[in-house]
Amino acid sequence: MLHYRVGIDIGSTTIKAVVLDEEDNIVYKTYDRHMSSISNSLKSMFEGLKREFGEQPMHFNFTGSAGLSLAKHIGAQFTQEVISATTALRHHIEGIDVCIELGGEDAKIIFFDGANIEQRMNGTCAGGTGAFIDQMASLLDTDAAGVNKLAKDYEKLHDIASRCGVFAKSDIQPLLNQGARKSDIAASIYQAIVNQTIGGLSQGKKIQGKVAFLGGPLTFSSELRKRFTEYLNLEDVYTPENGEIFVAIGAALEASEEPLNIEEVINRIKAYRKKHKDGMKKTIEPLFETKEDYETFRKRHDQASLENVDPADYQGNAYLGLDAGSTTTKLLLIGENNEILYNYYAHNRGNPIDVAKKALLSMYDAIHEKITIKKAYSTGYGEELIKHAFKLDGGEVETICHYHAAKHFEKDVNFVVDIGGQDMKCFKVEDGVITSIVLNEACSSGCGSFVETFSESMGYDIKDFAKLAIDADAPVDLGSRCTVFMNSSVKQAQAEAAKTEDISAGLAMSVVKNALYKVIRAHDVKEEYGDKILVQGGTFNNDAVLRAFERETGLEVTRPAIAGLMGAFGAALLAKEASTADNHSTVLAPHSLETFSYKSKRAVCNKCENKCPLTVNIFGAHERYISGNRCEKGAGLNVSYDELPNLYLYKYDKVLSYQSDPKKSYNQTVGIPLALNMYENIPFWQPFFDALGVKVVYSERSSKKLYERGQDTIPSDTICYPAKLVHGHIESLYEKRPDFIFYPNIPYNFEEKDHGDNHYNCPIVAHYSEVVDANMTHLDLNHFLQPYITLNDKKKFTDALYETLKPYVKTSKLAIRKAFDKGMEAYHDFRKDIQQEGERALEYAEEHDLNAIVLAGRPYHIDPEVNHGIPKLIRSLNVVLISEDAINHLAEQPKVNVLNQWTYHTRLYDAARVIAEKPRVNLVQLVSFGCGLDAITSDEVKDILESRDKLYTQVKIDEISNLGAVNIRLRSLLSTMNKEASDHGKA
Amino acid sequence: MAKLEYDDDGRLLFTEEMRKEYTILVPQMAPFHFEYLVDAMNTEGLRAELLRSDDYELIHEGMKYSHNDICVPAMLVIGQFIDAIKKRKHDMHKVALIITQTGGGCRASNYIKLLRKALKKAHLDFVPVISLNANGLEKNPGFKITPRLLHKLHDAILFGDTIMTLMHQTRPYEINEGDTDRLKEKIDENLKGYFNHNSLFTWKRSKQKIRWMIEEFNNIETTDVKKPKVGVVGEIYVKYSPLGNNRLEQTLEKEGVEVVVPPLYDFFLYSFDSRAHDIKRYGGPLKERLVLKALVWYIEVRRQKIRNMLKKGGFEAPVPYKKLKSLTKGFIDVGTHTGEGWLLTAEMIDLIEHGAPNIVCTQPFGCLPNHIVGKGMIKKLKNRYPESNIVAIDYDTSASQVNQINRINLMVSNAFRNFEGGR
Repeated sequence: MLHYRVGIDIGSTTIKAVVLDEEDNIVYKTYDRHMSSISNSLKSMFEGLKREFGEQPMHFNFTGSAGLSLAKHIGAQFTQEVISATTALRHHIEGIDVCIELGGEDAKIIFFDGANIEQRMNGTCAGGTGAFIDQMASLLDTDAAGVNKLAKDYEKLHDIASRCGVFAKSDIQPLLNQGARKSDIAASIYQAIVNQTIGGLSQGKKIQGKVAFLGGPLTFSSELRKRFTEYLNLEDVYTPENGEIFVAIGAALEASEEPLNIEEVINRIKAYRKKHKDGMKKTIEPLFETKEDYETFRKRHDQASLENVDPADYQGNAYLGLDAGSTTTKLLLIGENNEILYNYYAHNRGNPIDVAKKALLSMYDAIHEKITIKKAYSTGYGEELIKHAFKLDGGEVETICHYHAAKHFEKDVNFVVDIGGQDMKCFKVEDGVITSIVLNEACSSGCGSFVETFSESMGYDIKDFAKLAIDADAPVDLGSRCTVFMNSSVKQAQAEAAKTEDISAGLAMSVVKNALYKVIRAHDVKEEYGDKILVQGGTFNNDAVLRAFERETGLEVTRPAIAGLMGAFGAALLAKEASTADNHSTVLAPHSLETFSYKSKRAVCNKCENKCPLTVNIFGAHERYISGNRCEKGAGLNVSYDELPNLYLYKYDKVLSYQSDPKKSYNQTVGIPLALNMYENIPFWQPFFDALGVKVVYSERSSKKLYERGQDTIPSDTICYPAKLVHGHIESLYEKRPDFIFYPNIPYNFEEKDHGDNHYNCPIVAHYSEVVDANMTHLDLNHFLQPYITLNDKKKFTDALYETLKPYVKTSKLAIRKAFDKGMEAYHDFRKDIQQEGERALEYAEEHDLNAIVLAGRPYHIDPEVNHGIPKLIRSLNVVLISEDAINHLAEQPKVNVLNQWTYHTRLYDAARVIAEKPRVNLVQLVSFGCGLDAITSDEVKDILESRDKLYTQVKIDEISNLGAVNIRLRSLLSTMNKEASDHGKA
Repeated sequence: MAKLEYDDDGRLLFTEEMRKEYTILVPQMAPFHFEYLVDAMNTEGLRAELLRSDDYELIHEGMKYSHNDICVPAMLVIGQFIDAIKKRKHDMHKVALIITQTGGGCRASNYIKLLRKALKKAHLDFVPVISLNANGLEKNPGFKITPRLLHKLHDAILFGDTIMTLMHQTRPYEINEGDTDRLKEKIDENLKGYFNHNSLFTWKRSKQKIRWMIEEFNNIETTDVKKPKVGVVGEIYVKYSPLGNNRLEQTLEKEGVEVVVPPLYDFFLYSFDSRAHDIKRYGGPLKERLVLKALVWYIEVRRQKIRNMLKKGGFEAPVPYKKLKSLTKGFIDVGTHTGEGWLLTAEMIDLIEHGAPNIVCTQPFGCLPNHIVGKGMIKKLKNRYPESNIVAIDYDTSASQVNQINRINLMVSNAFRNFEGGR
């Protein structure tokens, strides 16, 4: 007798089942979002099966990431999901070349090439796809279907980081706050997925021919399919009927083991759950031992609160603070004695201006004309936008606002920890000055909002969800790297049947551990930061998080009752400070608010090669506010800081000035990629080749477009952006058709000083040409020369170059030796020139009484596509900018606590030591995401600076081009520098 | 109690006095080898202890005292040390730590410095740290690598490699479950006291031991069932350490495949050889180069004997170092030696050519060299060997195991399909 075959696909977000009859017809199918509760969904799915098919035995086959351990344990058949998909595809249609399947958290690609099938899955650091869309949808205040609808009438695509959800979120939120159109963002989200699929999965194989789309997101989102089709120029696309359950069909087709009775399967699952529950490991201590513990805890924290006064009972002056944060908008109106007259807290839901307008209107509803608003200040991500829109009197960077608010509750506060929805900010206070600001990097962000998004997905209000944690007796350990990983950990815990309260408590612990060990990186908070700690930010309204923080640090901390409103409170306090007897706030009055309208337009700034995409917000008839610009020029201002020393801009121009003489006649041309260490070595190579009669052509300047041209051959998606750009540069060089391309392997860098322990290049700089050679195989690599050379031994250099160049250039060893000398001379002149400019910059800053920032990175950070215009942003703040390699020569012999083995990194330590002694000069370290070496250097640079009471600031860069977070960091730093300078002046 | 002495740079030294009083803690980096390494050290006037902990607290300590972006080997080793010291409430003033220092252009050369930073943060900076390296970095009066100790370490690595090879080729096929593991215990018992000698000329003895081991393994009853082979290559720590790779070997064997892990000794030979190579290509002392070359030759002569014995006993022997090196031709230049360098690529080629086209390429999350020599080479391998079935897995203390296992499962499923299709 033939039996029905059942394919059950348990994915990370959905659960699907298909039943096939002997002719492979689908007789039954289900598709459910399991809302993170796999056991319940499984149960109802089996009940459905039982109703339909009764007691008859069937062949069961499980598939999907969450199905593996279950199937193993109940002794059922299991087929890996990519294999299931392949089976289903081959069964349904002939002649597919490529299949793209996007699931809840995995992305897969299958290349069919005759009998040879190549299957790939995304790496661990790639976030989800379906889950990613869900997350993004909630930012846009809609659902997955809503995103699709929005994307239909997009006009323009924004750059959204495609690496993972966390990164994309950091890009989208500022876009929303700047008033970008939702439709554009929705389409950009889809584009980010397309880029991720190509960059992360295709790895050198072209997606072309007949392409099949599988999985929920691709089945349900027409616009996502459209983005793929348009971007890849696809002509033949196949979207199967039942695409969302396709993998389950494959599993059903593969089902071949012993038929089982449904009841039997259900019983086995039950037994497995029970066994698993008992055997579950990795739990941590409960947050509260007893109910009494919780009560004492609550009473202690209730003390830190402000008086609430009914505005009806109040008359006189009032001060307004408006905090336009990344996810929420907060408004606070205080009276003369800092009493709360009115407060407002709401989600932006992707519309910060509308929310602020609503906040102001409802405030006006609550107050009366006897209350005079003397001054109104804004702060937060949307500070500028809100200030311009509603004509507030001023604004202040959020760190300063937070400090002022914190001081109110704890006079001697020495450490403030703020965990908001998106950001984590911590800063240390010494003698009334903020020192040491720690902001989270993109890779550890989003924890606060993660808890919230997660509780919503489980159908809980965040408050109720937090309450659950109080009673948890065995919190689950969920790890703490990033929310994407955390998401998977939660899924894993649920698969192991953890209770919701234990997950809630576990999440609270994770958020705290993330803050302590990833962001603050403190091993002992009390010792490093002091014991007067104030915690704030919406996330600390969650008692479980607060308790976890106290437990983990072993300290009792202060949490104001207005923990989520501290930015607004600080802004209000500052407004109060700034107010004088006879002024009156310019904030829009109720009647102008009612007629208030705004429009936003997209534009591109054409004032320099950065081509910043601008958002022009137009309020009412005339008021304009431009955002998205990096420098003062884009804002349409007439000030110009062109004469300010700026080593990054200077060096970039200088390096590109090494061009072959257009009047000279050359015998050959060599192509050199404008990438990585070439930004440092061109002053050597160009004169070197010139002396040999070889003309040098460079690849075109870096850009996002150039990157995309090479992105399908990048083999590793976690490598740094400067390395990824190499692929585009090589493509560009091939178009210029030089006689040969020269990109040497240089394991050892210049021996620059004798105090380094060694002088390696980092592995990527040293050997990236090997990656080009192994992966850009669609190009003719016969003329791609990648010799292994040293620049420190003339003889060895000559031998190697002679062998390499012989087939192309008529030359002799003597000529190469001479050319080497020429090159060296030019290189040393170049270095000297940079150093002189560095010294001039330091002097200039001193003479003109200006702040100076050493932006310490690597030679290739001068590439505007890598640094995203940060040098210009710094210039627009009227600050002198210096590079690490322009002042490192001023350092004495240093001793560092790490093995000083890389030339570029030795420069960092030297530069840090040089500026450590100079007032009004600070260092900002520029770190590329994925740069493993900087895990070592950043700690050491930090130690060098802090041992001399200097602030350490780090800016992490990747493909992301959004400067919101960078702006906050820089402005906080400058605000502290200015305060120090003025204190110094007073003393 | 021993006095704390520092060198001119302020580095805490491991003194002669400490040698007598202190226990040297050794992190578990490669389970097949480190047991014997510790045994060897203990017969040379040192008191060493291998750390076996692998619990959650260890990871937690590592997270607490090291940079979050640092690679997982550093985090786990630092965590294992600090966890171990803290648990020794009574004699934490009587322990020293030992850690390997590779000295190349990779982050690993910096582990020792990071470890010292971590100790300082944990207020444990009275604990001396000894560097075990072949480059003459950091010397200590109480820890000298004598020719005899070197010989014993050499033996220890040979034993480890041989037993690893034998076990991997036997366990998947044993008829009586547990036979192989029991034999391992028996061998360990037998080897106790092996290192207790004062001779420099032990070759005969060690050869006898190895011959005996091979015989013993031959006595284990095995089936004729054929299983697909899965190779494991990668960054040296996550490749060998179960703590680093979430017990990869066990996971794979449970899936029903034979695991092939290339020998540890190749990594050492590669390190010596790389230095010699750089001297030739970029300049340096000729004498050093010749010494290194001679060392590689000397070790290979001995290893060749063992390989012959293995073959004679019916086992598959690893390829000679020189052969391994020659495999890189057309793939990658042998001048690539940051991290595992060309060796990693060569091991993959060797595995594919020797019937293990299924490979897990392991690396810590964010490992720089592997972007080049691991992930960077997969495409080229696939072009040359269409049957290759390589999965790159990133390891990280908070990475989701479900994701890792799912990817490994895909590779294994394909391994089985290809294997059955090929037969």
